[in-house]
Amino acid sequence: MTTTTTTPTTRAADLSATTLLRFATAGSVDDGKSTLVGRLLHDSKSVLADQLEAVERASASRGQDGPDLALLTDGLRAEREQGITIDVAYRYFATPRRRFILADTPGHVQYTRNMVTGASTAELTVILVDARHGVVEQTRRHAAIAALLRVPHVVLAVNKMDLVDYREPVFAAIAEEFTAYATELGVLEVTAIPISALAGDNVVEPSATMDWYGGPTVLEHLETVPVGHDPAHGHARLPVQYVIRPQTAEHPDYRGYAGQIAAGVFRVGERVTVLPSGHTTTISGIDLLGRPVEAARTPQSVTLLLADDIDISRGDLIVPTEHAPSATQDIDATVCHVADQPLTVGHRVLLKHGTRTVKALVQDIPSRLTLDDLSPHPRPGQLVANDIGRVTLRTAEPLPVDAYADSRRTGSFILIDPADGTTLTAGMVGESFAAPEPVTDPAAEDGWDF
Amino acid sequence: MTPPVVTAREGTDTPYALSHLDALESEAVHILREVVGEFERPVILFSGGKDSIVMLHLALKAFAPAAVPFSLLHVDTGHNFPEVLEFRDRVVAAHGLRLHVASVQDYIDRGVLRERPDGTRNPLQTLPLTEKIRSERFDAVFGGGRRDEEKARAKERVFSLRDAFSQWDPRRQRPELWQLYNGRHAPGEHVRVFPLSNWTELDVWQYIAREGIELPEIYFAHEREVFQRSGMWLTAGAWGGPEEDERVERRLVRYRTVGDMSCTGAVDSDAVTLEQVIAEIAASRLTERGATRADDKLSEAAMEDRKREGYF
Repeated sequence: MTTTTTTPTTRAADLSATTLLRFATAGSVDDGKSTLVGRLLHDSKSVLADQLEAVERASASRGQDGPDLALLTDGLRAEREQGITIDVAYRYFATPRRRFILADTPGHVQYTRNMVTGASTAELTVILVDARHGVVEQTRRHAAIAALLRVPHVVLAVNKMDLVDYREPVFAAIAEEFTAYATELGVLEVTAIPISALAGDNVVEPSATMDWYGGPTVLEHLETVPVGHDPAHGHARLPVQYVIRPQTAEHPDYRGYAGQIAAGVFRVGERVTVLPSGHTTTISGIDLLGRPVEAARTPQSVTLLLADDIDISRGDLIVPTEHAPSATQDIDATVCHVADQPLTVGHRVLLKHGTRTVKALVQDIPSRLTLDDLSPHPRPGQLVANDIGRVTLRTAEPLPVDAYADSRRTGSFILIDPADGTTLTAGMVGESFAAPEPVTDPAAEDGWDF
Repeated sequence: MTPPVVTAREGTDTPYALSHLDALESEAVHILREVVGEFERPVILFSGGKDSIVMLHLALKAFAPAAVPFSLLHVDTGHNFPEVLEFRDRVVAAHGLRLHVASVQDYIDRGVLRERPDGTRNPLQTLPLTEKIRSERFDAVFGGGRRDEEKARAKERVFSLRDAFSQWDPRRQRPELWQLYNGRHAPGEHVRVFPLSNWTELDVWQYIAREGIELPEIYFAHEREVFQRSGMWLTAGAWGGPEEDERVERRLVRYRTVGDMSCTGAVDSDAVTLEQVIAEIAASRLTERGATRADDKLSEAAMEDRKREGYF
């Protein structure tokens, strides 16, 4: 491979050594979310000339002076014409330090399912507030969803600081109120940043006006927040996707179990148990996409080779024998209902967990949760689109589930309508809003006890 | 297998973070394996373009040492770059794959489809593709589409449900949560699956470089007889160019995308190695489609319209 000495090559080389951050934004148009996203894309040079020209044309035809960066994230014509929202839009941009996948979700009340969808794969979420209005109902809903989905990092972007004369006390009061609220919900980390998306303060470049703020800009924070799962935090789990059996002259006896490691680390020589059968064996080899390795971790896609010839098929779960989850047919979960048809008590559904899909019955819906004030409404009878609630399910076969608080990936599931295949509900096993420490404040407990 | 040359940057990242290429590769392999686990008859759309070549490479890795458990489908517009057809056939032979061809020319010869006044055949691909999917009863169709390519694709699902006429109905698209893909479909329906959804053009090129993947030579700078139309350099050929008033000249060019010859433009370039191509793309001020696809310039919502009708 040759190296050239032109400047762009240096930049290309920079871009080759980088990690990936998946993050989500929540907020309404009024909060300036589109402007913030547009500015991140624009100021990180991710908007290319033809895209910018299109935006300039559209802005001019609407009688605007400069390019309206919000138009960069404009939706499909079908949405505009039919007045529907085809939910989460994914944006891509890169800096020399990191590659970003942004799940851009609309922030209005009826779009809870979109925020839940975007947050489900996000490692960070940016919640926007208008500095003039501070923490409002919608902000609390966004915080609740970040807590519910256990997004590890939350950024509170206090926008429109230019409209409050860049005053520090305004920012400090909002940051304090939000952080207290979010922490109570169990949000693990909050970083508050005062910005003006319109003027560009603290989005990509540090603000020239807010010298009282010594923290990172939004982009600096996105570039430096730690990513990656610490395998020590979860027991290893491999949902088997597919059994690889070449049965060729070259590989007559090869039998490998392919899957993406959903949690933790697997090592050659480790004792493992296969669920639901309960058979136990030893890992004899790990094939990392053509390369033998001694250990592999989440989220690598691998093929495990086992010492004993036991019956394993798609849908099985390989776990360390020492740390096998217990299987259960009764699942208590917090769910977000995402389909237009309601979920009712007695509903017969399919439940997909990892690579396994089983029949299940909705036994009870003990409560629905109002995201505005987090008050529980007991026995709602059904959940409709965008509802968050508690659900009790009975599955046809035992499932080895983890608590969502322990593992986002093996503690989550979806419910599917067996008749038409619609994805009905997103589920998280166990208690929701579980603070790291038990909540001891009786007043707070009141609000959380379903 | 080439060992990975890309490692995570030191500093703030935990030692457990995968490099972005490893993360994207792992995600794509997971998607490929989910489809093979849940569907009866998957097929991979293979144009000989870089995205489909990367998809095939990922499939070879995902199922090794076994063979790729599905076949290839090429929608042949009849306006192919000869270098790409030759490449396609060589890849098929090298890996012992089965190739299906849906031919636009056949449909024109039979009078089912009519040539458009502008000679562009990209919009004509939808019917042969749809009918081939039906006649072969393919239930999952892998496409190399990426969300960064075009606005209409930004909201596309990884698993995109299509009705019996291959149509995409925004209302029936399912929320995709965590890594739990829902591939359920009624008889006659199928699912388009995009394993490269989260890749950008630059990721694709960096991955090609890292893995040492071979590409058709037209992706690299070469001298070629071209003429200008709608601000793009098109290759002269039997497909219908140039017109009388269009002057043919010899230029040093390369292709950023590979499609129908009548509407895929070359760009001026002296990038002859992968490193030079990557450097050029990193510095480019135009999107790949903006630079090279006449069909996407037809209207602001051109891609969206074609997608609804069953295009990739």
